[in-house]
Amino acid sequence: MAGWLEQLLGKKDKSAEQAKERLKLVLIHDRTDLTPHQLEMMKNELLEVISRHVAIDPSAVKIDMAQDGREQRLIADIPLKPVNARRR
Amino acid sequence: MAAKVLTVTSGKGGVGKTTTTANIAVALAALSYKVVCIDADIGLRNLDVVLGLENRIVYDLVDVVENRCRLRQAMIRDKRLPELYLIPAAQTRDKNAVSPSDMVRLCDELRNEVDWILIDSPAGIERGFRNALAPADMVLVVTNPEVSAVRDADRIIGLIEAEEKGPARLILNRVNMNLVKRGDMLNADDVLELLAVELIGIVPEDEAVVVSTNRGQPVALDGKSKAGLAFQNIARRLNGEQVPFLSLDEKDGFFARLSKVFRSGGA
Repeated sequence: MAGWLEQLLGKKDKSAEQAKERLKLVLIHDRTDLTPHQLEMMKNELLEVISRHVAIDPSAVKIDMAQDGREQRLIADIPLKPVNARRR
Repeated sequence: MAAKVLTVTSGKGGVGKTTTTANIAVALAALSYKVVCIDADIGLRNLDVVLGLENRIVYDLVDVVENRCRLRQAMIRDKRLPELYLIPAAQTRDKNAVSPSDMVRLCDELRNEVDWILIDSPAGIERGFRNALAPADMVLVVTNPEVSAVRDADRIIGLIEAEEKGPARLILNRVNMNLVKRGDMLNADDVLELLAVELIGIVPEDEAVVVSTNRGQPVALDGKSKAGLAFQNIARRLNGEQVPFLSLDEKDGFFARLSKVFRSGGA
């Protein structure tokens, strides 16, 4: 996500670092059999369902795949809008 | 004696599976274990040339499976070591001539005769890989520190777990210490973090491997080269010994070490 920032700061100059970052993403998709497109679709559908019941700010939502040993985990961090903010 | 069946596999071809199998076999035999290695790559026989035993083949794995000879007759004894044998792959036959249950039966027949049975798996995830995996008590996955090899290693580790043959243990082969230092090659920590498996060996890239393979004399026969030493260490770890892994600095020659002494002394 902050890849471009790191690149700007020169952190990603090393090709080994790039190999590792690329592999992280490739392995997530290999292990889950989900393409980046499918993952994006799933996120959007999740948000749609949740926002049907509670008010959320889509820009504050974080849904990511994380590695936990040899298992993949889908981690969602979805801040809910306070009730008084909804009245506006 | 109850032998342990150790399968060496990788997913991707060309990462050094056969070299690894040959050298671990030699190193185990040098530790006075009785070792049989089986080349499970039907149609693409190679373990024989790496071990330097290609001129002594009479019978092969398919001959044993199809009862054209007794198991003993297909075991070529390596004369350089007290108890090292090879069962070569068939070169010309149909790869479906051997099934996973044939391999299980064959290994069961050997179990009471030897200490270690090493199986050199073919690349890929098809029949040959299934054959090599079926009798395994332990699985070693060989990979190189590069994207395609690591990706395929991850696939194969997943398959090994699915077959309940895990946890697989990893050999990181052909590590170029200079590239790692420069930040242009994945290091062991990177690969372990990505694959989340246990490490059993780091083998440095070493010209001695090319030379020794040319001669048909595995590097582990004499422990002078870095790669040879790395394979000997793997054999010791397989027997439960705690052997520290090669560090980056071990690559340093005399002058590098000398300059370090000066630097630390001057500071």
